[in-house]
Amino acid sequence: MAKRITLPITDEDIKNLKAGDSVLLSGTILTGRDAAHKRLYELIQNGDSLPVDIKGEIIYYVGPAPAKPGYAVGPAGPTSSYRMDKYAPTLLELGLKGMIGKGARNKEVVESIVKNKCVYFAAIGGAAALIAKSIKSEEMLCYEDLGTEAIRRYTVEDFPCIVAIDSDGNNVYETEPIKYRK
Amino acid sequence: MEIRQIKAETVTETVKKLFMDCNYFIGKDIMTALKKSFENETSPVGKSVLSQIIENDKIAANEEIPLCQDTGMAILFVEYGDKVVIEDGSFEDAVNEGVRQAYCDGYLRKSVVSDPVFDRINTKDNTPAIIHTKIVSGNSIKITAGGKGFGSENMSAIKMITPSYGIEGVKQFILDTVRTAGPNPCPPIVVGVGIGGTFERAAQLAKQATFRSIDSSNTDPRYASLERELLEEINKMGFGPAGLGGNTTALGVNIETSPTHIAGMPVAVNICCHAARHASATI
Ligand code: SF4
Repeated sequence: MAKRITLPITDEDIKNLKAGDSVLLSGTILTGRDAAHKRLYELIQNGDSLPVDIKGEIIYYVGPAPAKPGYAVGPAGPTSSYRMDKYAPTLLELGLKGMIGKGARNKEVVESIVKNKCVYFAAIGGAAALIAKSIKSEEMLCYEDLGTEAIRRYTVEDFPCIVAIDSDGNNVYETEPIKYRK
Repeated sequence: MEIRQIKAETVTETVKKLFMDCNYFIGKDIMTALKKSFENETSPVGKSVLSQIIENDKIAANEEIPLCQDTGMAILFVEYGDKVVIEDGSFEDAVNEGVRQAYCDGYLRKSVVSDPVFDRINTKDNTPAIIHTKIVSGNSIKITAGGKGFGSENMSAIKMITPSYGIEGVKQFILDTVRTAGPNPCPPIVVGVGIGGTFERAAQLAKQATFRSIDSSNTDPRYASLERELLEEINKMGFGPAGLGGNTTALGVNIETSPTHIAGMPVAVNICCHAARHASATI
């Protein structure tokens, strides 16, 4: 059975999430990928303030396709998370609570997840049309010039994902494949 | 054979349709393999992921929307008949116009930046396309088009193996590449392998291999058997659907080969995700 979570996610929610849990998220999440992360990171390095408040938020690594008329959003599946590894610990330090993407993370990110009591969710790569059904609306927040890479706010209802790395550092990418290795 | 004139517009329309079609409609070969894998998958999570991918691909086809948001860089393999003349423009411009129209009118994502290092400014119409042209004799043009996402493209690799390493060296490099890719390229994957030729020929063959139906085999029985053996080995790695564990890490392995130099045995591995999109037309 999937665990239903209403956002914003609480510390209690995070504590109760265990690697491998199926989760349905409802509420709002931010979007952002390579270019947006680079900009946020550079602002932080320079000691400047961010154009969007990331405290308590969950960021979805996604660059959606355009919405066809009549659709709230275009297909929007996860992109590979490791490309954001360089930036993620800095954002987690600033209060970001969760990330949604696909694929493994490096050691620094896992350590930062544990240290800051956060969570990393995996969505199914390449299931963009299906995932978009759970995204009810979008709002442009900043970096519109980046096109698909802009930062948006999605309102989601039962957004499907799996806890890939929990706040204790348990990591499905480490524990699960071994069970099926022959 | 008579010289045949083909309108630039015909090329554009054909290219446009191919890119829209391949992004909306997954090939029968992939759908069949996904369903078969669903039956055989022993991991409950893996099974659930496969069923969601199948459902996703059905939604995309029914609603004519991209099955993955990364509608890729536009790649074309063209067999251009030497008796064909483009009536009113250049072939390359006509192809890029087709790509532009497909990505803009077809609600596909524009994922191309103008300069790789310094500017990285989105070209906003997904051009330019990568066009591989082979001149053949004849008066028609065969176009095989596909969108290639970079989640899997980034996991690809090439190695200039030397002949003494033999078939074991080839196998090891392919398996190592897939192992390093792990959960990142959206497994279940399709593995395209190019062996022989030169540095760039091997890479091109590997890409071409990912464009071949996975229900086909290499025509040389030795390579066909290598394809089957590698598929089996890859599926023993345990990554499974979405990398969350299971026995479906790959749906197919396709190998293409070419004569090579006495000193060399280049091997290129182009990893493609389950969204292995390609479509063909002849004009
Ligand atoms: S690797 Fe393939 S399926 Fe995964 S996000 Fe990229 S294009 Fe889509």
